[in-house]
Amino acid sequence: MSVAEKVKEIIVDQLGVSADEVLPEAKFVDDLGADSLDLTELIMAMEEEFGVEIADEDAQKIVKVQDAISYVEAKKG
Amino acid sequence: MLLQGKKALIFGVANDRSIAYGVAKAFKDQGARLAFGYPGDAIRKRVEPISEELGGEFTFQCDVTSDEDIAASAKTVSEKWGGVDILVHSVAYARQDDLKGRFMDVTREGFALALDVSAYSLVALCKGFDGLLADGASVMTMSYLGAEKVVPSYNVMGVAKAALECSVRYLAADLGPRGIRVNSLSAGPLKTLAASGITGFKGFLPIVEERAPLKRNITQEDVAGTAVYLASGLSSGVTGEVIHVDSGFSIMGI
Repeated sequence: MSVAEKVKEIIVDQLGVSADEVLPEAKFVDDLGADSLDLTELIMAMEEEFGVEIADEDAQKIVKVQDAISYVEAKKG
Repeated sequence: MLLQGKKALIFGVANDRSIAYGVAKAFKDQGARLAFGYPGDAIRKRVEPISEELGGEFTFQCDVTSDEDIAASAKTVSEKWGGVDILVHSVAYARQDDLKGRFMDVTREGFALALDVSAYSLVALCKGFDGLLADGASVMTMSYLGAEKVVPSYNVMGVAKAALECSVRYLAADLGPRGIRVNSLSAGPLKTLAASGITGFKGFLPIVEERAPLKRNITQEDVAGTAVYLASGLSSGVTGEVIHVDSGFSIMGI
C-alpha cells in the first residue's frame, strides 16, 4: 500500500468519513468536519503508523489531505 | 475477580489512548460495572463508542467546572445505580499558551482555569457525590511528577497537580471515617491526547527510558493495574497517598 493510500485509510478511520470524500484538496476542518481533537488524533495515528515524529509547528501546517501525504512522503524519503 | 459488581464512575475518557480508558478496561475485566461522564459534545461522540465497547451501563454529561452539572449527574447516577463504589477522576485542562515557555507568564485567568478544572473538580465531585459514595468506596485521581518537581513546559499544570495531590490528603481525612479512601496515581508520561498539549512532551519519553530504573516508559496497563489495586480491597489500608507508576523515574537524583 502506498503512503497516500495508507494516509487516506487513517483519515477515513479517524474522522469517520467515506473514502471518496478524502480528496487531495479536502480540508480536514472545513471539508471533512474535523474538530481540534480529531486533528490531534490524526497526527498521533500517523506518527504511530509511519514511525515518524511530527513536530507541533509542522502539525499546524497540515490542513488538507495532500499536506499529510506530502509530509509523510518527505519524512520517509 | 477483584471488583465483581462494583459500580465505577469514570471521568476523563477521551479516546482509547486515555489513561481512564485503560483503567476502565481493567475494571471491566475484574467484573466492575461502568458508567462514563463526558464534558460536552466533542467528547461525547468519542466516549459513547468506548462505553459501548466496554459494556458501560450509561453515559452522562458532566462539565466538572459546573456545580449544576455535577448535581444533575449525581441525580442521574442515584436513579440508575443508587450508589457508587469507585470514582475515577482523570480530568485536567490548561490553556495551551500556559503549557510552554516561562511558568511566570501564566495569566491570573489561566491559573484559575487550570486549578479549577484540574484540582477543584475533584473536590467538587467528592462533594457532589458525597451522599452516593458507598462506605468503603475508593476515589482516585491522576497526577504527575510536575506536582513535585519542575518539569519544563508543564508549568501551571504542575501547580494544579500539587493542589490536586494536597486536596487528596484533605479529602482522605474528610471521608476516612466512612471508610472511603482517596488516592492519587502519579503516572509517568504517556502519549495521550492530553499530553499532546504539552510543548516538548515527546522529548520526555526518551529521558525516562534512559534514566528510569526500569529503563522503559510506562504503559496504560501499568497504570490500570495500580488503579485496580487502589479500587479493590487489596489496598484497604491505603488512603491519602500518591502512588508513582513511573518506572521509578521519580526516585532518581540525577
